[in-house]
Amino acid sequence: MKGYNFAYLDEQTKRMIRRALLKAVAIPGHQVPFGSREMPLPYGWGTGGIQVTASVLGPDDTLKVIDQGADDTTNAVSIRHFFARTAGVRTTTHTANATVIQTRHRIPEEKLAENQIIVYQVPQPEPLYRLEPSRVETKRMHALSDYGLMHVKLYEDVARLGQISISYDYPVMVNGRYLMSPSPIPAFDNPKMHRMPALQLFGAGREKRIYAIPPWTDVRSLDFEDHPFRPINAHQACGLCGALDTYKDEVITDDRGGRMFICSDTDHCEKRRSPEADKAA
Amino acid sequence: MAYVAVKGGERAIRNAHAWLAEERRGDPAVAELGLDQIREQLGRAIDRVMAEGSLYDPDLAALAIKQAQGDLIEAAFLLRAYRTTLPRFAHARPIDTASMRAARRISAIFKDLPGGQTLGPTYDYTHRLLDFELAENQPPPDAARARPDLSPIPRVPDILGREGLLEADGPVDAEPGDLTREPLSFPAGRDVRLQALARGDEGFLLAMGYSTQRGYGGSHPFAGEVRMGEVSVEIEPPELGFAIDIGDLTVTECQMVNQFKGSKTQLPQFTRGYGLVFGYSERKAMSMALVDRAMRAAELGEDITAPAQNPEFVLYHSDNIEATGFVEHLKLPHYVDFQSELQNVRRLREAVEQREAAE
Repeated sequence: MKGYNFAYLDEQTKRMIRRALLKAVAIPGHQVPFGSREMPLPYGWGTGGIQVTASVLGPDDTLKVIDQGADDTTNAVSIRHFFARTAGVRTTTHTANATVIQTRHRIPEEKLAENQIIVYQVPQPEPLYRLEPSRVETKRMHALSDYGLMHVKLYEDVARLGQISISYDYPVMVNGRYLMSPSPIPAFDNPKMHRMPALQLFGAGREKRIYAIPPWTDVRSLDFEDHPFRPINAHQACGLCGALDTYKDEVITDDRGGRMFICSDTDHCEKRRSPEADKAA
Repeated sequence: MAYVAVKGGERAIRNAHAWLAEERRGDPAVAELGLDQIREQLGRAIDRVMAEGSLYDPDLAALAIKQAQGDLIEAAFLLRAYRTTLPRFAHARPIDTASMRAARRISAIFKDLPGGQTLGPTYDYTHRLLDFELAENQPPPDAARARPDLSPIPRVPDILGREGLLEADGPVDAEPGDLTREPLSFPAGRDVRLQALARGDEGFLLAMGYSTQRGYGGSHPFAGEVRMGEVSVEIEPPELGFAIDIGDLTVTECQMVNQFKGSKTQLPQFTRGYGLVFGYSERKAMSMALVDRAMRAAELGEDITAPAQNPEFVLYHSDNIEATGFVEHLKLPHYVDFQSELQNVRRLREAVEQREAAE
């Protein structure tokens, strides 16, 4: 785009972000502060993810952007359009064809590969913030691996409700050291993070933090031996493709209680419905 | 030099206000702003002033904005001061937002739902790049038009409420309170709290709502629904015995759906936060819904740890007319009090100095 550098940010800013990314990769799950910039999209709408994507994107990359698992949700359309406009990169809706995938709230159903990077938009990087709002305190807790507060919260859930009641943004331990927010993905997606072949990068623009999970890193959802981690999902099959093993959206079809469940990952669902058409694309 | 007492306040005020009027007009070579231009082209400012001024009148709001040189709190103050002179001739029936002629209706919790998702005229998904063509007064592109669908749009709480997944509205057992007639007292009912928030400062509510999202009194909010559009205002004169339509209002309504765990006597159920604001003011309606829910902490048996959960803190500080008056009153003369403080500090210092000298 005329008057703007490739992928909007200037090269010095990108270099600063890449330095933060390298540090983040070197200390898996650790939140690295960075000089987050004002972006032409509002805070909370993916500014962190956009800055990370802008910093790793090259002219030969193919970008996929999803929100709620879908390529056609308004915010995904907006961000994809932003990069098509400012970087002129190829974009795709097909998970397998993308080299960089920016996501909000989902991990694609299709397994990611070593040559791919997934960039998560993160509203709140601090996994402990609901238990301890002060960032001065939580920083100390991370330094000391002092995660008792989170274990107590999970224990209290079990004591009161008979089960752990977190359904999204379910905290994980990364590489056995740092407690990390997986971003508000459904807990259903957590197991996909474990030893994922792709590089996972996390950007929180408003909170000015970057963190990362290098490929093949251990990522364990917090649980107890007698109350193992259980992902939550609708038990109905997808009303379009019949899949049982994918995450579903609930769609209200009338005001008399009518509803159907459909795959939230639209690319995966379409591919299951017409595998041939997908190959041609 | 002989002492000259400071006098002539009257002339000073007269001159200052004449200067203000001149400054308000700006360069006389530039065309003067018409109220119609403000009303038509600064709609969000009109909406904010009507909401915080508690008076739905776009023309008067335009005048107030012009008179206040675009200082929106000053403009809201002008409206409030005018509003207070108006006689109250009837009470309207509660507006029915389900039958709103909605220009915008979105839900963040269902991908699709009865009534559909309608973006309407929104800044969402615009890229915040300064549009230099706008500086050149280019006419806007034609917007596509759909045939208006006037069928009522069910509210998301009614959809979730059907399964019992969302708490119902509490019973209406009394006339709602009115802060413009009765002073605030505590514990304040939800009716009065909501009235205070609807009149409250957008920036204050935004910061309070935001604080709940960062761990200071959070409640897992989801924007169940935001809708904006026109609703009818009806009154029911006792001599007629039936309702008559007296005009339309544009309002923005937000239904926030929040998590709640349930208890021994109650199945797990979502709780609600509610926002309703004059005009098109989504930021404020959403903030209001967050703060409304936060202030229900005591009622729902939650720990009260954060400012947004403290109704006394929120309600005593949300009104920007009260706040700006008191903050700015510090400009008024305080010679007398300051003089006694001055003498006091001198006396304390002297006492210490004498003690030190004696040692």
